[in-house]
Amino acid sequence: MDTWPGADGNLAPEPAIETLIIEVLLALMMVTVVALARTRNLFGVVVLFGVYSFLMATVLTVLDAVDVAMTEAAVGAGISTVLFLGALLLCRSEEARPVHRPWLPLLVSVAVGGLLVYGSLGMPVFSDPGAPAHRHVAQHYLANAMDETGAPNVVTAVLASYRGYDTLGETVVVFTAGAGVIALLRRRPGRRKP
Amino acid sequence: MSLAGHFSYFATISLMIAGLFIVMARGNLIKKLVGLGIFQTSVYLLYVAPGKLIGGTAPIIQEGFAVYANPLPHVLILTAIVVGVATLALGLALVVRIREAYGSIEEDDILAKDRE
Repeated sequence: MDTWPGADGNLAPEPAIETLIIEVLLALMMVTVVALARTRNLFGVVVLFGVYSFLMATVLTVLDAVDVAMTEAAVGAGISTVLFLGALLLCRSEEARPVHRPWLPLLVSVAVGGLLVYGSLGMPVFSDPGAPAHRHVAQHYLANAMDETGAPNVVTAVLASYRGYDTLGETVVVFTAGAGVIALLRRRPGRRKP
Repeated sequence: MSLAGHFSYFATISLMIAGLFIVMARGNLIKKLVGLGIFQTSVYLLYVAPGKLIGGTAPIIQEGFAVYANPLPHVLILTAIVVGVATLALGLALVVRIREAYGSIEEDDILAKDRE
Protein backbone atom coordinates (compact mmCIF):
# COMPACT_ATOMS: atom_id res chain seq x y z
CA MET A 1 0.00 0.00 0.00
CA ASP A 2 2.85 2.37 0.79
CA THR A 3 4.68 1.99 -2.51
CA TRP A 4 1.89 3.27 -4.65
CA PRO A 5 2.77 5.16 -7.84
CA GLY A 6 0.65 8.24 -7.14
CA ALA A 7 1.56 8.54 -3.43
CA ASP A 8 3.95 11.43 -4.03
CA GLY A 9 1.30 13.36 -5.90
CA ASN A 10 2.55 12.44 -9.37
CA LEU A 11 0.38 10.40 -11.65
CA ALA A 12 1.36 6.91 -12.77
CA PRO A 13 3.57 7.04 -15.88
CA GLU A 14 2.02 3.96 -17.56
CA PRO A 15 -1.76 4.41 -17.74
CA ALA A 16 -2.37 2.08 -20.70
CA ILE A 17 -3.80 -0.97 -18.91
CA GLU A 18 -6.43 0.93 -16.91
CA THR A 19 -7.60 2.76 -20.03
CA LEU A 20 -7.67 -0.52 -21.95
CA ILE A 21 -9.91 -2.16 -19.31
CA ILE A 22 -12.35 0.76 -19.51
CA GLU A 23 -12.39 0.63 -23.32
CA VAL A 24 -13.09 -3.14 -23.36
CA LEU A 25 -15.92 -2.76 -20.84
CA LEU A 26 -17.45 0.12 -22.83
CA ALA A 27 -17.28 -2.02 -26.00
CA LEU A 28 -19.09 -4.84 -24.16
CA MET A 29 -21.77 -2.35 -23.13
CA MET A 30 -22.23 -1.25 -26.74
CA VAL A 31 -22.64 -4.91 -27.82
CA THR A 32 -25.23 -5.44 -25.07
CA VAL A 33 -27.20 -2.37 -26.14
CA VAL A 34 -27.24 -3.44 -29.81
CA ALA A 35 -28.43 -6.93 -28.81
CA LEU A 36 -31.05 -5.31 -26.58
CA ALA A 37 -32.39 -3.10 -29.38
CA ARG A 38 -32.74 -6.14 -31.68
CA THR A 39 -34.37 -8.50 -29.15
CA ARG A 40 -38.14 -8.71 -29.41
CA ASN A 41 -38.82 -10.93 -26.39
CA LEU A 42 -39.28 -8.51 -23.49
CA PHE A 43 -38.01 -11.01 -20.91
CA GLY A 44 -34.75 -11.17 -22.86
CA VAL A 45 -34.69 -7.37 -23.06
CA VAL A 46 -35.00 -7.08 -19.27
CA VAL A 47 -32.24 -9.64 -18.66
CA LEU A 48 -29.95 -7.83 -21.13
CA PHE A 49 -30.71 -4.57 -19.32
CA GLY A 50 -29.58 -6.25 -16.08
CA VAL A 51 -26.34 -7.32 -17.83
CA TYR A 52 -25.91 -3.74 -19.06
CA SER A 53 -26.40 -2.34 -15.56
CA PHE A 54 -23.83 -4.71 -14.07
CA LEU A 55 -21.34 -3.77 -16.80
CA MET A 56 -22.02 -0.13 -15.96
CA ALA A 57 -21.34 -0.89 -12.27
CA THR A 58 -18.02 -2.51 -13.26
CA VAL A 59 -17.04 0.49 -15.38
CA LEU A 60 -17.88 2.79 -12.47
CA THR A 61 -15.66 0.70 -10.17
CA VAL A 62 -12.75 1.08 -12.58
CA LEU A 63 -13.49 4.82 -12.75
CA ASP A 64 -12.97 4.94 -8.92
CA ALA A 65 -16.62 5.76 -8.28
CA VAL A 66 -17.11 2.92 -5.78
CA ASP A 67 -20.17 4.35 -4.03
CA VAL A 68 -21.92 4.94 -7.35
CA ALA A 69 -20.96 1.43 -8.50
CA MET A 70 -22.50 -0.15 -5.40
CA THR A 71 -25.69 1.85 -5.80
CA GLU A 72 -25.88 1.04 -9.51
CA ALA A 73 -25.41 -2.69 -8.83
CA ALA A 74 -28.03 -2.73 -6.06
CA VAL A 75 -30.58 -0.24 -7.39
CA GLY A 76 -29.94 -0.12 -11.15
CA ALA A 77 -29.34 -3.82 -11.72
CA GLY A 78 -31.30 -5.20 -8.76
CA ILE A 79 -34.42 -3.19 -8.03
CA SER A 80 -34.95 -1.97 -11.63
CA THR A 81 -34.86 -5.56 -12.93
CA VAL A 82 -37.33 -6.67 -10.25
CA LEU A 83 -39.65 -3.77 -11.16
CA PHE A 84 -39.43 -4.64 -14.88
CA LEU A 85 -40.15 -8.32 -14.18
CA GLY A 86 -43.12 -7.35 -12.01
CA ALA A 87 -44.49 -5.19 -14.82
CA LEU A 88 -43.92 -7.99 -17.37
CA LEU A 89 -45.96 -10.32 -15.16
CA LEU A 90 -48.91 -7.97 -15.64
CA CYS A 91 -48.32 -7.34 -19.37
CA ARG A 92 -47.65 -9.49 -22.42
CA SER A 93 -43.96 -10.30 -22.82
CA GLU A 94 -43.64 -10.19 -26.62
CA GLU A 95 -43.03 -7.03 -28.60
CA ALA A 96 -45.03 -6.54 -31.80
CA ARG A 97 -43.15 -6.53 -35.11
CA PRO A 98 -42.55 -2.92 -36.21
CA VAL A 99 -44.79 -1.94 -39.12
CA HIS A 100 -42.43 0.53 -40.78
CA ARG A 101 -38.69 1.14 -41.01
CA PRO A 102 -37.53 3.64 -38.36
CA TRP A 103 -35.64 5.97 -40.70
CA LEU A 104 -36.69 9.24 -39.08
CA PRO A 105 -35.71 8.23 -35.50
CA LEU A 106 -32.40 6.92 -36.89
CA LEU A 107 -31.74 10.22 -38.66
CA VAL A 108 -32.60 12.26 -35.55
CA SER A 109 -30.41 10.06 -33.28
CA VAL A 110 -27.42 10.24 -35.60
CA ALA A 111 -27.80 14.02 -35.97
CA VAL A 112 -27.94 14.44 -32.18
CA GLY A 113 -24.89 12.15 -31.87
CA GLY A 114 -22.98 14.21 -34.43
CA LEU A 115 -23.73 17.42 -32.56
CA LEU A 116 -22.67 15.85 -29.25
CA VAL A 117 -19.39 14.57 -30.77
CA TYR A 118 -18.71 18.06 -32.13
CA GLY A 119 -19.39 19.51 -28.67
CA SER A 120 -17.25 16.92 -26.87
CA LEU A 121 -14.17 17.84 -28.93
CA GLY A 122 -13.87 21.00 -26.85
CA MET A 123 -13.87 19.07 -23.55
CA PRO A 124 -10.67 18.21 -21.64
CA VAL A 125 -9.13 14.83 -22.53
CA PHE A 126 -9.72 11.76 -20.34
CA SER A 127 -7.87 11.87 -16.98
CA ASP A 128 -6.43 15.35 -17.49
CA PRO A 129 -5.37 16.55 -14.01
CA GLY A 130 -5.49 20.17 -15.22
CA ALA A 131 -9.16 19.98 -16.21
CA PRO A 132 -11.31 22.71 -14.62
CA ALA A 133 -13.42 20.10 -12.79
CA HIS A 134 -10.38 19.06 -10.73
CA ARG A 135 -9.14 22.53 -9.87
CA HIS A 136 -12.01 24.27 -8.11
CA VAL A 137 -14.19 23.21 -5.15
CA ALA A 138 -13.37 19.49 -5.41
CA GLN A 139 -9.90 20.11 -3.96
CA HIS A 140 -11.42 21.99 -1.02
CA TYR A 141 -13.69 19.06 -0.18
CA LEU A 142 -10.84 16.53 -0.50
CA ALA A 143 -8.59 18.62 1.76
CA ASN A 144 -11.11 19.61 4.44
CA ALA A 145 -13.94 17.04 4.51
CA MET A 146 -12.12 14.80 7.00
CA ASP A 147 -11.57 17.64 9.52
CA GLU A 148 -14.97 19.28 9.06
CA THR A 149 -17.24 16.22 9.12
CA GLY A 150 -15.13 13.34 10.46
CA ALA A 151 -16.09 11.06 7.56
CA PRO A 152 -13.10 9.65 5.65
CA ASN A 153 -15.31 8.94 2.63
CA VAL A 154 -15.65 12.31 0.92
CA VAL A 155 -18.72 11.20 -1.06
CA THR A 156 -20.51 10.37 2.20
CA ALA A 157 -19.39 13.67 3.73
CA VAL A 158 -20.79 15.71 0.84
CA LEU A 159 -23.97 13.66 0.49
CA ALA A 160 -24.95 13.50 4.14
CA SER A 161 -23.36 16.61 5.61
CA TYR A 162 -22.59 19.45 3.18
CA ARG A 163 -25.54 18.63 0.92
CA GLY A 164 -27.79 16.99 3.51
CA TYR A 165 -30.83 19.03 2.52
CA ASP A 166 -30.52 17.90 -1.11
CA THR A 167 -30.61 14.30 0.09
CA LEU A 168 -33.72 15.13 2.11
CA GLY A 169 -35.27 16.53 -1.08
CA GLU A 170 -34.33 13.32 -2.86
CA THR A 171 -36.28 11.25 -0.32
CA VAL A 172 -39.27 13.54 -0.96
CA VAL A 173 -39.00 12.66 -4.69
CA VAL A 174 -38.89 8.94 -3.88
CA PHE A 175 -41.88 9.31 -1.52
CA THR A 176 -43.86 11.16 -4.19
CA ALA A 177 -43.10 8.47 -6.76
CA GLY A 178 -44.15 5.75 -4.31
CA ALA A 179 -47.41 7.59 -3.57
CA GLY A 180 -48.00 7.93 -7.33
CA VAL A 181 -47.45 4.19 -7.88
CA ILE A 182 -49.92 3.33 -5.11
CA ALA A 183 -52.49 5.79 -6.50
CA LEU A 184 -52.15 4.27 -9.98
CA LEU A 185 -52.25 0.60 -9.04
CA ARG A 186 -54.75 0.67 -6.14
CA ARG A 187 -57.61 -1.77 -6.64
CA ARG A 188 -60.83 0.18 -6.48
CA PRO A 189 -63.95 -1.74 -5.44
CA GLY A 190 -66.44 -2.19 -8.26
CA ARG A 191 -63.88 -1.99 -11.10
CA ARG A 192 -63.79 -5.17 -13.15
CA LYS A 193 -60.53 -7.05 -13.40
CA PRO A 194 -58.91 -7.07 -16.88
CA MET B 1 -5.80 17.45 -29.46
CA SER B 2 -6.07 13.68 -29.68
CA LEU B 3 -9.19 11.72 -30.55
CA ALA B 4 -8.02 8.79 -28.39
CA GLY B 5 -8.16 11.03 -25.32
CA HIS B 6 -11.86 11.59 -25.95
CA PHE B 7 -12.87 7.90 -26.13
CA SER B 8 -14.95 8.12 -22.94
CA TYR B 9 -17.08 10.89 -24.45
CA PHE B 10 -17.55 8.96 -27.70
CA ALA B 11 -18.61 5.79 -25.85
CA THR B 12 -21.02 7.83 -23.72
CA ILE B 13 -22.50 9.48 -26.81
CA SER B 14 -22.91 6.11 -28.57
CA LEU B 15 -24.85 4.71 -25.62
CA MET B 16 -26.86 7.92 -25.43
CA ILE B 17 -27.98 7.88 -29.06
CA ALA B 18 -28.72 4.12 -28.81
CA GLY B 19 -31.04 4.86 -25.88
CA LEU B 20 -32.59 7.80 -27.72
CA PHE B 21 -33.18 5.63 -30.79
CA ILE B 22 -34.89 2.89 -28.75
CA VAL B 23 -37.15 5.46 -27.09
CA MET B 24 -38.18 6.98 -30.44
CA ALA B 25 -38.30 3.94 -32.74
CA ARG B 26 -39.82 1.19 -30.60
CA GLY B 27 -43.58 1.17 -30.07
CA ASN B 28 -43.62 -1.13 -27.05
CA LEU B 29 -43.92 0.92 -23.85
CA ILE B 30 -41.69 -1.37 -21.74
CA LYS B 31 -39.01 -1.29 -24.45
CA LYS B 32 -39.27 2.50 -24.43
CA LEU B 33 -38.65 2.53 -20.66
CA VAL B 34 -35.58 0.30 -21.15
CA GLY B 35 -34.31 2.80 -23.75
CA LEU B 36 -34.91 5.62 -21.29
CA GLY B 37 -32.88 3.66 -18.73
CA ILE B 38 -29.98 3.34 -21.17
CA PHE B 39 -30.09 7.07 -21.90
CA GLN B 40 -30.10 7.75 -18.16
CA THR B 41 -27.15 5.46 -17.37
CA SER B 42 -25.12 6.98 -20.21
CA VAL B 43 -25.46 10.30 -18.37
CA TYR B 44 -23.81 8.66 -15.33
CA LEU B 45 -20.78 7.97 -17.52
CA LEU B 46 -20.82 11.53 -18.87
CA TYR B 47 -20.49 12.84 -15.30
CA VAL B 48 -18.22 10.25 -13.67
CA ALA B 49 -15.65 9.63 -16.46
CA PRO B 50 -14.16 13.19 -16.41
CA GLY B 51 -13.71 12.87 -12.62
CA LYS B 52 -11.33 9.92 -12.99
CA LEU B 53 -7.58 10.43 -12.67
CA ILE B 54 -5.43 7.55 -13.94
CA GLY B 55 -3.30 6.34 -11.02
CA GLY B 56 -5.67 7.92 -8.53
CA THR B 57 -7.93 6.10 -6.10
CA ALA B 58 -11.50 6.27 -4.80
CA PRO B 59 -12.19 9.46 -2.77
CA ILE B 60 -11.78 7.85 0.66
CA ILE B 61 -9.12 9.74 2.64
CA GLN B 62 -6.31 7.40 3.69
CA GLU B 63 -2.66 7.75 4.66
CA GLY B 64 -0.31 7.06 1.76
CA PHE B 65 -2.61 8.28 -1.00
CA ALA B 66 -2.52 11.72 -2.53
CA VAL B 67 -4.48 11.51 -5.80
CA TYR B 68 -8.22 10.98 -5.55
CA ALA B 69 -11.03 10.93 -8.11
CA ASN B 70 -13.29 13.99 -8.07
CA PRO B 71 -16.01 13.19 -5.48
CA LEU B 72 -18.61 15.75 -6.57
CA PRO B 73 -19.89 13.96 -9.73
CA HIS B 74 -20.24 10.81 -7.63
CA VAL B 75 -22.57 12.60 -5.22
CA LEU B 76 -24.69 13.98 -8.07
CA ILE B 77 -24.98 10.60 -9.75
CA LEU B 78 -25.88 8.78 -6.51
CA THR B 79 -28.88 11.09 -6.32
CA ALA B 80 -29.64 10.55 -10.02
CA ILE B 81 -29.67 6.74 -9.66
CA VAL B 82 -32.18 6.79 -6.81
CA VAL B 83 -34.42 9.36 -8.51
CA GLY B 84 -34.11 7.33 -11.74
CA VAL B 85 -35.45 4.17 -10.14
CA ALA B 86 -38.32 6.17 -8.60
CA THR B 87 -39.35 7.56 -12.00
CA LEU B 88 -38.94 4.09 -13.53
CA ALA B 89 -41.36 2.65 -10.95
CA LEU B 90 -43.88 5.40 -11.75
CA GLY B 91 -43.47 4.78 -15.50
CA LEU B 92 -44.03 1.05 -15.11
CA ALA B 93 -47.12 1.68 -12.98
CA LEU B 94 -48.46 3.88 -15.81
CA VAL B 95 -47.72 1.08 -18.32
CA VAL B 96 -49.64 -1.42 -16.19
CA ARG B 97 -52.60 0.97 -15.96
CA ILE B 98 -52.52 1.55 -19.75
CA ARG B 99 -52.55 -2.22 -20.24
CA GLU B 100 -55.60 -2.49 -17.94
CA ALA B 101 -57.43 0.27 -19.81
CA TYR B 102 -56.48 -0.56 -23.43
CA GLY B 103 -55.50 -4.25 -23.30
CA SER B 104 -52.21 -3.54 -25.04
CA ILE B 105 -48.85 -1.85 -24.44
CA GLU B 106 -48.10 -1.25 -28.12
CA GLU B 107 -48.23 2.40 -29.11
CA ASP B 108 -49.91 1.69 -32.48
CA ASP B 109 -52.73 -0.36 -30.89
CA ILE B 110 -53.33 2.32 -28.25
CA LEU B 111 -53.52 5.10 -30.88
CA ALA B 112 -55.86 2.97 -33.03
CA LYS B 113 -58.16 2.42 -30.03
CA ASP B 114 -58.18 6.13 -29.28
CA ARG B 115 -59.30 6.93 -32.85
CA GLU B 116 -62.27 4.52 -32.69
